[in-house]
Amino acid sequence: MTVVLLFIVALITGFAAVLDEAQFHRPVVACTMTGAVLGDLTTGIILGGTLEMMALGWMNVGAAMAPDAALASVVSTILVIVGHQSIGAGIALAVPLAAAGQVLTIFVRTITVFFQHMADKYAEEGSCRGIEMCHWAGLLLQGLRVAIPSVAIYMVAGTDTVNNALNSIPEVITRGLQVAGGFIVVVGYAMVINLMNAQKLMVYFFLGFLLAVFTDINLIGFGAVGAICAYFHIQTMQMNIDIEEAAKTGGGGGVEGDDIDDSDLM
Amino acid sequence: MAGKVTKDDLFWVFVKSNFLLGSFNFERMQAMGFCVAMIPILKRVYTGDDLKAALRRHLEFFNTQPFVAAAIMGIIGAMEEKKANGADISEATLSGVKVGLIGPLAGVGDPIFWGTIRPVLAALGAGVALTGSLIGPFIFFIGFNIIRLATHWYGVQYGYTQGTALVENIGGNQMRFLTEGASVLGLLVMGALVAKWTSVNMPLVISEYTNSAGEHVVTTLQSILDSLMPSIVPLLMTFACMALLKKGVNALTIIVGLFAIGIIGYWLGLMA
Repeated sequence: MTVVLLFIVALITGFAAVLDEAQFHRPVVACTMTGAVLGDLTTGIILGGTLEMMALGWMNVGAAMAPDAALASVVSTILVIVGHQSIGAGIALAVPLAAAGQVLTIFVRTITVFFQHMADKYAEEGSCRGIEMCHWAGLLLQGLRVAIPSVAIYMVAGTDTVNNALNSIPEVITRGLQVAGGFIVVVGYAMVINLMNAQKLMVYFFLGFLLAVFTDINLIGFGAVGAICAYFHIQTMQMNIDIEEAAKTGGGGGVEGDDIDDSDLM
Repeated sequence: MAGKVTKDDLFWVFVKSNFLLGSFNFERMQAMGFCVAMIPILKRVYTGDDLKAALRRHLEFFNTQPFVAAAIMGIIGAMEEKKANGADISEATLSGVKVGLIGPLAGVGDPIFWGTIRPVLAALGAGVALTGSLIGPFIFFIGFNIIRLATHWYGVQYGYTQGTALVENIGGNQMRFLTEGASVLGLLVMGALVAKWTSVNMPLVISEYTNSAGEHVVTTLQSILDSLMPSIVPLLMTFACMALLKKGVNALTIIVGLFAIGIIGYWLGLMA
């Protein structure tokens, strides 16, 4: 029974990882679901929260692919709960698993090129159903590439061979990984900041940093402060545009005001 | 006279827009997903050879932020309907609008959804999840999905009713305000998280003495850093990561590097 449920949960995270819509593949959701299936919900939630921090910046932007949160979340939860590993070990294992998952999805995304060409043939025949089948086949493969390895690892997790292998990791490594776990999240922050790529807005980043260092405002408070800053920022933008427009109409009269310089924006 | 797009058709476009990336591949990326999402409209307005041609042109390359893609589906749906009913819209125009919208909409969608809403909600949810409470995952999952589904729904509806009028709006000031406003909020929260949700402890002892009052005073590297600026190390690490990422270093490589720093730091007694 557990195997069937685990297979379904892993399948859903695999779908979600490529779709990037409902976010079932994000650690805080995927680990929670896996934990629930394996009978230890609380461990799943805590591991999920910890991994989520690390994976905050893992995102699909343009053609770039995120490390695979789906396989990393499901399998590391299995190893922590069924294999009796520490949360720290789970985090450490999640990294190579995310890389492995990325290789698997690259593999599937390449195979799907074949379905793309099948869809072309169906288009020639005017077969909508055929094109849809090609589409869903690609999605199904993405689910299976997480579900199959997950179930396979569930089968061997907890056996002596696997336990001995995991337990033979020296203390300096596991404690060192825990230390790194405290700051590994900076990679995620860096990815998010780079995505926004707005040099002149970095002043708001420093404001957030200083407020967090020297005050006790909680995250909801930061959301509110951020919203107020955004409001004033937009007001200023509008004012600048108005001034530009006024200068233009004053000078030439009736010039279309659409040549605002965008080069310094994202 | 070709068919008219119904409310039901738009509903199915909305449903299928949730699966845009299902068959993502390296050749044409979201092409199949886009075509599948357009099928309810295409089947309504075209038959025979016209349908074949329409299916073919929507199997062309497509790739954008998946939530904002719903608006493109609505716009293209409106244009296809007009074309089927005799409007003079060429295949090149359709492709031009479609491809032309990829960039600007991804430029708005990426910073708002991936750069602001998801990390902020995920950080909020993860923070609560660390206490073992189920509320954490729910905050993230429900919060994010309400915003996401609303974007899909209104994207299809608004895109369809506004049609090409929306194409002009997307380049306008409203979108710039929205994008920059979201970036301001996102960056402020990121700055707070760098300080709040990282932990670096450097217990390396710099000096140790007993003062005149007989108290044992231990000065560690961390206590010196804290007296200068707390959380300065994570801040510097963030900047280092930003620089490395800009140079094109893979994120996983950086993560492995940070793990190495943790292990070596612990081994040397520099970090704990």
